[in-house]
Formats: sequence, C-alpha cells, structure tokens
Amino acid sequence: MSLLARWHALLREQSPVAIATVIEGPEASLGGKLLVTPDDHEGGAGNEDLDRAIVEAARGLLEGGKTETRHFGPRGQRRMEDVAVFVQSFAPPPKMYVFGAIDFASAVARIGKFLGYRVIVCDARAVFATRDRFPSADEVVVAWPDEFLKTAEVDGRSVICVLTHDPKFDVPVLKAALDTEAGYIGAMGSRRTHNNRTARLKEEGVSEKQLGRVSSPIGLDIGSRTPEETAVAIAAEVIAFRTGHTGGRLTERSGPIHAPDPDVADSPDAEDARREAAGAARDSR
Amino acid sequence: MNPVVDKVAGWKEEGKKAALATVVKVERSGPLGPGTSMAISEDGQVVGSVSGGCVEPAVYEEAMAAIESGTPKLLSYGISDDEAFGVGLTCGGVIHIFVERVDW
Repeated sequence: MSLLARWHALLREQSPVAIATVIEGPEASLGGKLLVTPDDHEGGAGNEDLDRAIVEAARGLLEGGKTETRHFGPRGQRRMEDVAVFVQSFAPPPKMYVFGAIDFASAVARIGKFLGYRVIVCDARAVFATRDRFPSADEVVVAWPDEFLKTAEVDGRSVICVLTHDPKFDVPVLKAALDTEAGYIGAMGSRRTHNNRTARLKEEGVSEKQLGRVSSPIGLDIGSRTPEETAVAIAAEVIAFRTGHTGGRLTERSGPIHAPDPDVADSPDAEDARREAAGAARDSR
Repeated sequence: MNPVVDKVAGWKEEGKKAALATVVKVERSGPLGPGTSMAISEDGQVVGSVSGGCVEPAVYEEAMAAIESGTPKLLSYGISDDEAFGVGLTCGGVIHIFVERVDW
C-alpha cells in the first residue's frame, strides 16, 4: 500500500495520523515524507537519525492535534534550523458532550456538528433523550450524566456543556467533569441557578480554583434568547476559550485578527514555555 | 474525510499524476490556516483551495510545473508591491505554500 493509500484509509476510519513533509533543507531531504501514527511510521526524509527526530516530534504534535513546522539539523539535531519539517495532524474530531436533552441542547448539538465536533447528547430521561429529537447528534445516550461521564473518553480538546440547569443532575456531572482534562466546561442557568449550583458544589468540596474552570453561566454575552441564539453564544465562547480570546467586537480593538505569530510559537523556547504552562494548569486542578 | 486527500487518492488509483499544494505558514493576516490544501491533477482538475482565491491561479501553474519536473517548491505570496504582477493577497498577509508532486 502506498503512503497516500494508507493516509486515505486512516482518515476514512478516523484514526489519528500525522503527515510530516520536509519543506526546506538539503536536496536529499527536500520533499521527504513520513506518515506517523501513534504506533508506527512509514516513509522517510533521507536518513534514519532525521527520521527518528521527525517521528518523535510528529507523535507529540499528533497527540495535541497540532499542525506546525519544526526545525532540525541535517541529522535530526535539535536547536538547529537546517531542515524545516511541516507536520500536519489529522486527529479524530474532538468530542462535545451535551448533558440535558432540552431544546437548547438540540441547537447546541447542531452547532457542535457544524464546528466539527463529534457530538454526544446524554440525559437520564428516556422520553427526552431520543434520536428523533437529536437528529444531528452522533450519539444519544440515556444514562445518569455523571455515571456516563465517568466512563466516557474525555481529553484536552473535549467540550462539556451542562444544560440541565437542575442541581440534581448538574452538581454530580460537574463534579465528574472537573475530574477530566476537558478543555471547556460550561453550565447553563440563570444567575439564581448559578449561585445555587455554586453553593452546592462548594458544599461538596469543590474548590474555588476548580470552580474557575466552569464557564457559568455558559456562553458569551450577546443577548441570546432563542435556543439557536444561545447555541451561537455557547459555540463562540467555546472557540474563544480555546484560542485564548475574550470575545469582544473586532471593530473595537486594533492589532492582528489571527494571533499569535507562528514564528514565536515555533521556537523551542516557546514550546518549553507551553509545556510548563500546561503542567501548571494540570497541577492547579 | 478530507476531500483533497480523498480526491488525490482517487486520481492515483486511476493512474493520474497529481500535485499537492499545502499552506505551511501564514504570517500576519491570512484567510486559511496551515494545513489547508489544494490538489491539481495532470488533466487540470482542481480540488480545495489555499487562499480566498487570490493566489490559486499562480499555484495552479506551479503545480503543473511540479507534475512535469517532480521538483518540490516552497512558494511565498505576499502583498504585491507592483500591481502589474497581480499575484498577491489583499489582506496584507504572507502565505507560504509547499507544492509537491504526489510520488508517495
């Protein structure tokens, strides 16, 4: 099977794969291509040392679903710039868990699909959690949200939206959500619901720091009313949270629209700083 | 499924030569991020895009040249200083595009 055929097959079955291409460097390596999965690799960039370095870098990037250019020496040396390798990650779609099978959930499921998430809707009430009500969801699960979440696959790219606004469901599922690495956790509710829920979570031993991870009330402040408008506010907050933006109007600020500068992000020092920051975020939980 | 990879795999099965053009870097403002790609078959079919339409014609020519020569090339497009040359981005950014023949 050619590298292309394998790439195509892995994408079709939604298995994670990174494609690394030498875009700058000595002629012997230029255009070199490697296909890298978590378990193996194929193809090459001219010599084994360089291949090894590329495979290692590509696996790291694939794990985080990142697409970036990395630099190496001609034999894979770090902190050298002779060879530029573009690594493109094709990670399976990130997951969006939506708890509470209400009308708002239907709109959130739709916008989640639109953004490329694998959407899973969960509610303990079998009458609400039906396929008919959530045609756009990838899965509709009838289960107690907290019990389901404890067994679900959640990683740093996952989004958890708790829309039940009933403390009986909210409190346990939020506690379970805080035990995961989810990149975004949001909970719907009025100010009153929010205050009540926050008090209950504190009673259950959840710290202020942990509570800081929960976007509650969920969504950006755009004056949403309908389920569709609310879904837009939630989706916009999910994106802003991931990119580290605050979600104001572009017309009211200056500077580049798409930050940060990739040159800065590519430097080994920036990578080290990111790792430290990620570690600190983990420790703070 | 990535439509570009899907199409290129199909061309390969049909025995058609093709080139792949991938955005590898965007400086300042740019319409599409790194990883966005466009593929061109030897008989002139195109799938995908690499900008908002500003540089596709130039990339098409480069892709055809790559299919012919087999030599990969890193291209950069920025704001065109001279209007006469026409190829450039109106958004004020610079995009770098790697063009390669599909030999793998």
